[in-house]
Amino acid sequence: MQPGLYHILFLSTALFFIGVYGFLTRRNLITMLMSIELILNSVNLNFIAFNKYLWPNQMDGLFFTLFIIAIAAAEAAVAIAIIINLYRSHNSIDVENAEDLKY
Amino acid sequence: MKGSDIIFYLLATLCVVFALLSVTTRQIFRAAIYLLFTLIGIAGIYFWLQYEFIAAVQIVVYVGGIVVLIIFSIFLTQQTGEQLPKQKLDRKIFAALAVFAGFALTMVQIYQHTFFETDEMAITPTVENIGKKMLAVDSGGYALPFEVISILLLAALIGCIVIALRTKTESK
Repeated sequence: MQPGLYHILFLSTALFFIGVYGFLTRRNLITMLMSIELILNSVNLNFIAFNKYLWPNQMDGLFFTLFIIAIAAAEAAVAIAIIINLYRSHNSIDVENAEDLKY
Repeated sequence: MKGSDIIFYLLATLCVVFALLSVTTRQIFRAAIYLLFTLIGIAGIYFWLQYEFIAAVQIVVYVGGIVVLIIFSIFLTQQTGEQLPKQKLDRKIFAALAVFAGFALTMVQIYQHTFFETDEMAITPTVENIGKKMLAVDSGGYALPFEVISILLLAALIGCIVIALRTKTESK
C-alpha cells in the first residue's frame, strides 16, 4: 500500500499518544520533558504532512514547524535550567518532591 | 511495493518502537538514547517527504542540541547506574487505557474525515523559497514571527542566566 497522508497521520497520532503515556506515568522531570519533546515532534510531523499532501501551493505548515522547533529548543533550555536549579535546592528531580513553591 | 514505501514503513516502525522504549525503560540514560533514535527516524521521514531543509533543522536542533542538553542534565542530576523507581501498576493501567481510548477516538475521526487537496501548482520547498518567504514583509510573509522568535530566544537566554545565578547569590 502506497504510504500517504493517512499513514503519516497514524504515525503522528501514535507518537503523540506515546508521549502522553510517558507524561502520565513518568515521575522524573527529565523523562517528562522527553515525553513533551515526543508530543511536539508529532505535531511537527502533522504540519509537514498537511503541507505536503493538502496544500503544496503554500509553505505555511513548513514555517509553523520551523517556529515550533525554535520554541521547543528555547523551552527545553529553560526547563533544564529550572530542573538543575530544583536539583540543587531539593536534591531530587521527582515531581512528588517538588510540591512547595517559593513562599 | 516500491522501495520508497518499504523505507517509509521501516522509518515509521523505528520511530514508534524507539518512542515506546523511550517512555517505558527504567534507565534514564537509555531513555535519552532511545529518544535520539526516534528523532533521527522523524528526520528520516522528513527526508522521505522531500522536505530536506526541515530534516536538516530537525537533526541540527533536536539531535545535536536538545538531546545533548538532556544527556548533560542527566549527568548532572542522576546517580550513575541507578534505575528509576517502579511505577504503581494501577497508574500504568489507567494511563494505558486513557491513551488507547484517545488514540482510537482520534483514528476513527481521521478515517471518517475526507481531506480535500488543492489543484494549484506546488511550490518546491527549496532553501531559496523558504528564505524569501521567511523575510518577506508583504501579506503572507513571515518577517514579523521571525523577529518575535529572535526576541523569544534572547529572552530564554537571559532567563536561563538569571535562573542559574539566583541560587548562588541567595543561598543561605
